[in-house]
Amino acid sequence: MTLAARLKQDGLSLIPYLMAGHPDLDTTREVGRKLVNTGIAAIELGIPYSDPLADGPVIQRAGQRALDAGTTTEGCLEVAADIAAEQAAPVILMTYVNPVLAYGPERFARDAAEAGVAGVIIPDVPVEESADIARTITAAGLDTVFLVAPTSPDERIVAAATASTGFVYCVTVTGITGSRSALHPDVHGLLAKVRSHTDLPVAAGFGISSAEQVSLLREHADAAIVGSAIVNELDAGRDPGPLVRELLSACK
Amino acid sequence: MSDRTRFGRFGGRYVPETLMAALDELQTVWLDLREDEGFLGELRARQATFIGRPTPLYHAERLTEHFGGATIHFKREDLCHTGAHKLNNALGQAVLARRMGKKRIIAETGAGQHGVATATVCARFGLPCTVYMGAEDMRRQEVNVRRMRMLGAEVRPVTSGTATLKDATSEAIRDWVTNVRDTHYIIGSVVGPAPYPEMVRELQRVIGDEARAQYLAAENTLPDTVVACVGGGSNSIGMFAGFVDDPGVELVGVEAGGHGVASGQHAAAAVGGQAGVLHGSFSYILQDRHGQVLPTHSIAAGLDYPGVGPEHAMLAELGRASYVAVNDDEAVAAFKLCTRLEGIMPALETSHALHHVGELAREMGPGARILLCFSGRGDKDMHTIESVSPTDMPVIGDPE
Repeated sequence: MTLAARLKQDGLSLIPYLMAGHPDLDTTREVGRKLVNTGIAAIELGIPYSDPLADGPVIQRAGQRALDAGTTTEGCLEVAADIAAEQAAPVILMTYVNPVLAYGPERFARDAAEAGVAGVIIPDVPVEESADIARTITAAGLDTVFLVAPTSPDERIVAAATASTGFVYCVTVTGITGSRSALHPDVHGLLAKVRSHTDLPVAAGFGISSAEQVSLLREHADAAIVGSAIVNELDAGRDPGPLVRELLSACK
Repeated sequence: MSDRTRFGRFGGRYVPETLMAALDELQTVWLDLREDEGFLGELRARQATFIGRPTPLYHAERLTEHFGGATIHFKREDLCHTGAHKLNNALGQAVLARRMGKKRIIAETGAGQHGVATATVCARFGLPCTVYMGAEDMRRQEVNVRRMRMLGAEVRPVTSGTATLKDATSEAIRDWVTNVRDTHYIIGSVVGPAPYPEMVRELQRVIGDEARAQYLAAENTLPDTVVACVGGGSNSIGMFAGFVDDPGVELVGVEAGGHGVASGQHAAAAVGGQAGVLHGSFSYILQDRHGQVLPTHSIAAGLDYPGVGPEHAMLAELGRASYVAVNDDEAVAAFKLCTRLEGIMPALETSHALHHVGELAREMGPGARILLCFSGRGDKDMHTIESVSPTDMPVIGDPE
């Protein structure tokens, strides 16, 4: 089943995020394998980068810890392969453009495809800069997911939706990743606008941390992406499983 | 639109989607204003009375004599209000931000000169101002932190990563992503996503345009070589802009060699880096083989940055400009030499370029002509100089 078809299935689904290598790759592998068997729609796996402009302090710190522990793109792809091998939920990679350029876009696309990865999100590659890199990734059979934001005018939403495969990532706050007490005041209007421009599933992310916020997205989005709240659990040395189960029940 | 965002293969806009509409708006406004007589007239008037432009061209007679070679001139950007070329850009962007109706200003700073320049224009226009500065740089440039606070700016320490300019810039961009609707980001150099590198160059080109006219008027000819220091590269690109169409004029950018490029502890991105993306543009950056940006070292906080502006990357690749690295100790010696011989205390950033000017002057010999962009004054660096070598020590090259 394609990523798009999976996310289009009944109701709101959940995409948790893990930073690969935080606190180490063995933990990521172990937690990732468990999470994909809990009923989530897909898992997002971050490849750490030293200067993540779209991320708030929680994911920045997690990335730094991963890098300090010696995490490399090669290591992240191995863990992605191990999680994908569960055959339970698609693995989506999220990283920044520079590690991909350093790895070599063609090699990255090929190795990610071989690892069984379903799609790639690169938040600092807007549609304008995407021509070469998106073509390379889609040529390897992977989905490329672009982001739309509350500040995106209609023509940019259309361009991002047209360029995306798999799903469209709707940023639900004007800002960086991390927990917020409130989502964008007109998050439903924003999601409706994005949905009016695409037949692809629409996933909502950035700032979503609680079951209450997830439940607000029911019927308005196809998936909720939760990152910093899960990274926080790992920071505290806790198993994120209970939080993920709570978020999953808020999807229903 | 996209070809307007590039310098050859360098530049572009590698930023989160949230900023893209704001960059489009900025580009549109900028393209209008750069040809708008009202804007340009306001800018010229404020440059004259607030910055003190035109800054003089100065014949450095004793340094010329000392090196026994090429004739050396300085373009005196150290005489700009607030002590460096940075105000040229900050003033221009503040005038632009007012015309865009932005209510709040943010900036990043390394040595603190751009932070002070931004705090200064914000005081002048009554705009709230937040400056991001690495905690390590706040310690190194403590006087400038006090100046910014005196001017009414909030200085926010950045402790992530290496706690220097790179991380301050990342944090300023994150603030902008969050507050983009009412905030203008006054970036301090010719780095960042388009249109910043081109806009900042145009606001700094007053250095090169003035210097070229002044040099012709004084010497009836053009210099053979123009030299400037390069961190992100704004004073140098402003200076080069005046001479880039004169094929006979050599352009030389001087980067921070720190403890030596071979040591790995340096900040020479054009000399020792590879192409990659940092802070929204594709250029030369210092990175490891995994694409992680490397920590840098320079005694000059204003050069302590792992990237270089995309136009410099293009000029380097085309061979139109050449780039060299000068080490910490060489810059300190040049600082002292210039202070004692000319009675002008250069910023440590400028001192890097000064050292190379000395080498070139000897090599080129009498009859040749060198013009240096004297980008800033060195009062801010007194602590650093005193901590690395006491003032009563003999100076390298001291004429006594």
